[in-house]
Formats: sequence, structure tokens, C-alpha cells
Amino acid sequence: MKAAVIVFPGLNRDRDMIAALTKIGGEKPAVVWHQDADIPDADLIVIPGGFSYGDHLRCGAIAARSPIMDKVRERAARGTKVLGVCNGFQILIEAGLLPGALMRNTSLKFVCREVKLEVTNADTDFTRGYTKGQIIRCPVAHHDGNYFADAETLKRLEGDGRVAFRYAEGTNPNGSINDIAGILNEQKNVLGLMPHPENLIEAAHGGDDGRALFASVLKQVA
Amino acid sequence: MTLRNDIAITPDLVASHGLKPDEYQKILDLIGREPTYTELGIFSAMWNEHCSYKSSKKWLRTLPTKGPRVIQGPGENAGVVDIGDGQAVVFKMESHNHPSYIEPYQGAATGVGGILRDVFTMGARPVAAMNALRFGAPDHEKTRHLVSGVVAGVGGYGNSFGVPTVGGEVEFDARYNGNNLVNAFAAGLADTDKIFYSKAEGVGLPVVYLGAKTGRDGVGGATMASAEFGDDIEEKRPTVQVGDPFTEKRLLEACLELMQTGAVIAIQDMGAAGLTCSAVEMGAKGDLGIELDLDKVPVREERMTAYEMMLSESQERMLMVLHPEKEAAARKVFEKWELDFATVGKTTDDLRFRVIWQGDEVANLPIKELGDEAPEYDRPWTEPKAPTPLAKDDVPQMDVADALLALVGGHQCSSRRWVYEQYDTLIQGNTMQRPGGDAGVIRVEGHDTKGLAFSSDVNPRYCEANPYEGGKQAVAECWRNLTATGAEPLAATDNLNFGNPERPEIMGQFVKAIEGIGEACRVLEFPIVSGNVSLYNETNGRGILPTPTIGGVGLLPEWEKSVGIGFVAENQPILLIGGPAARGTHLGQSVYLRDLFGRRDGDAPHVDLAAEKKTGDFVRKLIRSGVVTACHDLSDGGLGVGLAEMAVAGGIGANVTEVEGNDPILTFFGEDQGRYVVTLNLDPQGDEIAKLWKEAEALGIFAPWIGTTGGSMLTLGGAKPVAVATLKAAYESWFPDYMAGEPSL
Repeated sequence: MKAAVIVFPGLNRDRDMIAALTKIGGEKPAVVWHQDADIPDADLIVIPGGFSYGDHLRCGAIAARSPIMDKVRERAARGTKVLGVCNGFQILIEAGLLPGALMRNTSLKFVCREVKLEVTNADTDFTRGYTKGQIIRCPVAHHDGNYFADAETLKRLEGDGRVAFRYAEGTNPNGSINDIAGILNEQKNVLGLMPHPENLIEAAHGGDDGRALFASVLKQVA
Repeated sequence: MTLRNDIAITPDLVASHGLKPDEYQKILDLIGREPTYTELGIFSAMWNEHCSYKSSKKWLRTLPTKGPRVIQGPGENAGVVDIGDGQAVVFKMESHNHPSYIEPYQGAATGVGGILRDVFTMGARPVAAMNALRFGAPDHEKTRHLVSGVVAGVGGYGNSFGVPTVGGEVEFDARYNGNNLVNAFAAGLADTDKIFYSKAEGVGLPVVYLGAKTGRDGVGGATMASAEFGDDIEEKRPTVQVGDPFTEKRLLEACLELMQTGAVIAIQDMGAAGLTCSAVEMGAKGDLGIELDLDKVPVREERMTAYEMMLSESQERMLMVLHPEKEAAARKVFEKWELDFATVGKTTDDLRFRVIWQGDEVANLPIKELGDEAPEYDRPWTEPKAPTPLAKDDVPQMDVADALLALVGGHQCSSRRWVYEQYDTLIQGNTMQRPGGDAGVIRVEGHDTKGLAFSSDVNPRYCEANPYEGGKQAVAECWRNLTATGAEPLAATDNLNFGNPERPEIMGQFVKAIEGIGEACRVLEFPIVSGNVSLYNETNGRGILPTPTIGGVGLLPEWEKSVGIGFVAENQPILLIGGPAARGTHLGQSVYLRDLFGRRDGDAPHVDLAAEKKTGDFVRKLIRSGVVTACHDLSDGGLGVGLAEMAVAGGIGANVTEVEGNDPILTFFGEDQGRYVVTLNLDPQGDEIAKLWKEAEALGIFAPWIGTTGGSMLTLGGAKPVAVATLKAAYESWFPDYMAGEPSL
């Protein structure tokens, strides 16, 4: 399997993501700079977290309009798996690859803590390593993770099994509607989520609940 | 020599630049003519307290700064310490007190930005940050606003930049009502053979400017930070800089990439006193002159004067001397990261600092005298008044369980979660111990087992009562906190925050605190490798508590063997290691006295440095042998609060005995020094623990078995048991309740 990580200026969890993909997949992913003409052949494209373009304008808005995102859209349409974490999720939404919006946390503060996630749909290439309803631990670290969508979009997301992860046991850290932590596109080959599974993949992190996500998607595309 | 000058120099103008008449006379004698307005600004920037250390230099020289692992001590952007395997840790702590009081968000943010830049200027990628914050009394009208702004500013910058905040301090005291303290620490990792310095070498080489454009923000910031506050504080807002972590992040990546190309001869970040200070330092250190052409400087605003450009403290800027033949490679890096850059001058062999603006020379000064040979004072100081110790029978009484709850639920000892959850503590994926314990721990990337521990400490109550003992205690507590994770303390950085040094009693505090710091550093083999002095922390003549913050770094050969503070299992024996046989004896200057009885009397606790060393070495050995399951050093609130923190962190209770014949208040709330509480995975009746005790006895270390973990209650001697859940609720609720405006002061 081949993975590629897209890097925009201001992203800062790219190193964490590259480390996780390398440790779990056994192979270093290709690193794609935003000005590169194209994305090398890859089965999984990852947009990591951080503060692309300093969060100026709106989180993810500037990166989403970068030419490299046209390539991401093309690949996604062809069925390549795309994963966006935190700022990556914000970029996917701004790029129109996922519906809804990510607003400022209701606390109006940045929040970095561990939360509980419920795996709402375990029947996707990203989540097959978990079981439906499983509760996992996962850290969050963001200022703008308050997911919102209109009633009709929500109905479709919920009805079509497109909510992949939900904050569980009262740990919603940001006010997201329906406790939504991560969502899929219609074809279920694009996943965006606010929490950072890449920061909980080994004993040194105090747990490895995030590992199965990478193991699933890397295995699926092997 | 005639230089262009547009503004007449008057005595008022000189005074408004913070220069005393005798200092101005020194300028006249030095250059043999009246300075231009730009030159006056340059002198003011270089000779102020903040940049010149003119009141403190004499005393700073007495600190131990060398050691077998020290690669670079004070005098560079940050200290450099060898951690083996060709790797080094690069670190420093610096204050941003004055700006953070005037404009808390930007003041704190740029404090973080400044210290990060100091670290990556030396070629190190920042891997950990800490912040020691001190605010006025919780009920003071400005405190909430300042806490909220400073914490958001620290987080706003550090989170975006991408460095984990692994530790720090937050403390409240009415003595900081008019001057809060923001001391920012950063540490980075570098290869020992790839450290970069600020000393310029070679004549006629290009001086290159990199980073953000120069604007009018922060003009005169360093001079502002070298004076006390009066009623005109609001007018000082324009002297505060504005931070842009996005540019800083790009600057970091660009600098590290650039250093790989071999193009960099010397590099210096533009911090306090901006372009002036960085250019002068590079030249003066290399015994070279520097010529700057200001018309080449990238500017954010039109019609900036030479004076404004030389004194601007716009953030995220670097100055470097490059190998001319590698300029093309350097250019490629700058363009990739979309940063402004320009060749703004050259090195010369005339030891002059020359500034050209609009084709005219507006400054021509001797560079050495501006920099290394700035004025130096031996300010008069008085011996601090010896504190009166508490009378032996002066032990104000309170129910032990009630006192414990009040302390863990009070502003001094309660959880700082509200603060550190606004900081990214996990980024980079190497954080092994997050804030809330004794020290933050990270693993060292590129090595299988190595870790680093970080702690920041000082007890200003002790320093006020007894500056010498307080100085010792700050170092000892930092050393102890690192030890409590199993780390070997390597070296420290000091951030010395005091009032007006022109007052002999303040200077006396400074002198004695340094004496104590130096003594402790020598005995504990814990050299000071970098630091910063912040004086004039006064408002309308009222000074802060003397606050010499110590930021320390420790090395863990195997991070897997480090331990945290939380109880990990039931039925484990609890040992108190170190201190006197009565367990607790010293109540003077304790939190118990201050927060429960409103008393600030007595002497600070004495630190027996030889015992400290012996005890710490013993505890570290135990941790590394694998028998210790949790370890916590005892500080504010003594044994009682220490045990409560261990119980709350682990969610497990404990039953602890009291000492016959000793007042339980002293046993549980005395703040005697040099003590650790450990839990062991040993049978308390077994041979192994007996061996441990024998060893402790041979070393003269007191290590009694004081209790056992287990259950859901914490029971301190004969006091009524307190549910761990109740302790936790009190411990966790003070900060959020306070910030929400609840009246639980």
C-alpha cells in the first residue's frame, strides 16, 4: 500500500502523522508539498492537523483553495481513500469533500484533552479494525471543532451511516451537534475527524486505541 | 563627523529614553559629539536594563555555569547541554512581564514566540515548552482578565507553532496585583556538531534579513520593560509587539532547512531592541563592524524613520551572516517558505556600527562599547532583615481533614487543568508525562530509550522572607521535581524577576537570592546555562515578591522507567523519604499559614543541600531499579497536600499514620524540604524492603513506612477520612469556578 501526506505551510502535526503511518504501515509515506504539481501514486491521501496559513480567514479556507486540492478531489472521485484529521478535516470541509461546517468550540477556548469516542460505523475501510459501538480513547487538540450541519444534511449523515465517530460518555469537548466527531462522504472513501488517533498509537502514548484506524485503512488498501 | 539628524537632542528627550544624566555624559565622552536622534535611540536600546544587565551583571558572574555536559553557557541565545549520542538539549527561560500586563494576549504570545526563536536560532527544533505565570490576588479586579488573556496568548502562539507545553506554574498573590509575571521556557534538540552561534566571522560578507516585515510595533519595548509602571500604563500599549505564529512556524522550518545547506556563518534573532541589538551583538562578538542600509529593510509601513526601524520590535525576524557563494541555495529556501528576505548590510573591519538611511549616514558608533562594554553598576544593597522564626508552640489549629480540603480546593494547591487544557500538550507525539505531575517528560526523537524531564520552580513566599534560603529552595525544588520522575538533573536556566534595583533593599534581595541559587547549583551540580533578568517589576513604588524562577532539564536514560505522581495500585506501601524524623516540623511561610490563617510570618524552611543531594540520589536509584510505582516531591502544603495529589491523580485512597508526639498540623502541613513520597511494588514485610531501609539508614536518610494505598478514602492519622472523590471535586473545581466568576475565593 502507498500513502501520501499533503503538507501546507502552518500544518504542525504532519510529523506526528508521518510517524504514525510509518510505524503502523511499515513504510514512510510520500510527503507532498502544497506547491508540488501532482500527488504521487497513492492509495491513501492524508491531510494532517495544524494551523494551515495560520487559520487566517477561516480554518482550512486558504489551503482548501490551493491547486493541490484539485488533485485531491480528482483522486477522491476515483475512489482513493482520503483522511483529514483536525485541520485536515477543516480543509476537507472547506474543499467541499465533506458537508457541514466546523465552528469555534462552544467554550471559545482551545481544548487539549482525552475524550471517549464511540465507533458509530465499523463497516468502512477506516473503521473495520473496531467493532460497532466500541468506545475508544482519543485525544483532541483544537479551537474550532464544533461540527454543525443543517437538519437535512444531518438526517442524511445519520441515515446513511456516515457518522463514523461520536463523542461518548459526555466527553463532547466542543459542542458538536449530535456529538459528531468524524464523518464520511457518500462513497465512504473520505473520512474527516477532529480527534487525533495518530497521538495514541503505542504504549508510550499511554494507549494505542488510535492504531486500529490506521491498521484498517492501510490493510484495506494493501 | 557630521551625521544627518532631524530632531534636536534635549535633556527631556534624553530622560524619556531612560538614560540618566551620567549615562548621557558617558555617551558624549565616548563619541566626542552630540548623538543623532537615531543614535540616542540605539544607546537607549542597548544600555537599558533589559538588554545590558547593567545592575545584575556583577552578580550573575558568580553563578556556576560550567559542567562536564555544558557545551554553551550564558551569553548566547540559549544554553546548550550534551545529552549523549551526539545530541544536545538547547534551552532558556525568558520573561515577558511588562508587556503581558499592558496587553495580556499579545504580551504572552510574543513571550512564547521570543523564547522559541532563541532556541531554533541555535539550530535546535523546539520539543518542549513551559510557562511560569504569576498573577495578583484572585479577588483583584484585573486578575481574571489577565489570567484569561495570558493563558489564551500562550496557547494561541505555542499551539499554532506546534510545540507541546509540558509543564509550568500558575500562582496568585496580591503582591503581583500591579505586575504579573510571564516566564516562558523552551527547549529544543540539536546535534552537538550542528549548533549555530551569533558571532559573525569574515569581513565584507552579506548581512541578510529574514522573516516578517518591520513595522512600528514594539518601538522602545525594551526601554519600557526597564522602568516601573505608573498611572500612565495605558499609554504604553503601543510598545507591545504583535505575534504571528504562522510566520514563526515558517521561519523555524526555513532556518532549519537553511542551516542544512551550510550557508549560515552567524545567526541572531531579533528580539528585544530588534535590528539594533541583533546587529550589534553579531558584530561585537566577532570583533567586526556592521554597516546597515535601512532602505533595503522589508517594511510593513511607509515612511518609517531610521529611528523607528532600528527600535522596532516586530516579531518573527532573523538576521544572519551568510557565505556569499551559498546565497542562491539560501534564496531557494526563503522562497519556498514565502518569507521576506533582503541583504541589508555587510560586515566591516572598522569596529563601527554604521546605519545608512535615505542615502545618509544617521548613526556611526563604536560597536564594542555599544555591546559588551555597556555601563555596569555595583548598586548599593542592604542585607535583608533576618526573619523571626515562629515560636515553637505557635501552631494554629484546625481540623486536619477540613484543612486538607480547604487547601486542595484553594487557589494555591488546586489543579491547573483549566490552564493546561488550553495548551497543546501532546503535539509531536513524544509527551510521556503531561502537566499536572512533578515534571513534564518527553522521549527524545531519534533515540530508542532516552527521555528528557522539565520543571519550573520557585517559592516567592520563601524568597521574600529569606532571599538566600528562597534562592536555594527554588533550585532544590526544581532539582527534586526532575529527580521525582527518575531523571538526572542536568542544568538549569534562571529567570530572575525582581523590583526596582535602585532601591537597596530590592538589590539586597537580588544579591542574596543569587547567592542562594549559586550555592545550591554548586552542591547539586546543576549549572545555570542561560537566563534572563527582569527588574523594575513595580507599580507606583510597590514591588513584586522576589521571584527567581528556575527552569531545569533532566535526562532519563530509559523513559520507560520514569514514574508519575498518581497511586497506581491498592495495597502498596507508602514511604516518606527524606526530612526529619518528626516528618513535618516547619510551618513558617507555609501555605497552611497564609491561606487558612492569613499569616505571612516565620522564616522560610531551611534547605540542607547535602541532605537534598543524598536523598535525591537515593530516590533516583530506587526509581531506576524498578521498585517505585509512584513518586511525588513535597512542596506547598506539605505531606497532606502531596498525598492528596497522589490519591486524586491515581483515583485510589490511602491510609496514613501520624507521628506520636508531633502535632498533626506539623506532620501533615509542615513544609520541610528535601522530601519525597514514594509507593513501592514491594512486600512491606519482605527482604527487599528491609534491604532498602538498611541502605537508607547507612546513608542517614529517614525513610519510614507511613501508610498503605487502597480504598476510596484518604485518611491522615486520626483525622476523619476524606473521600478521594470529594478531594478530586475540590481540587478540580477551584480554577474553572473562579474563571466563571463564582464567588469561591
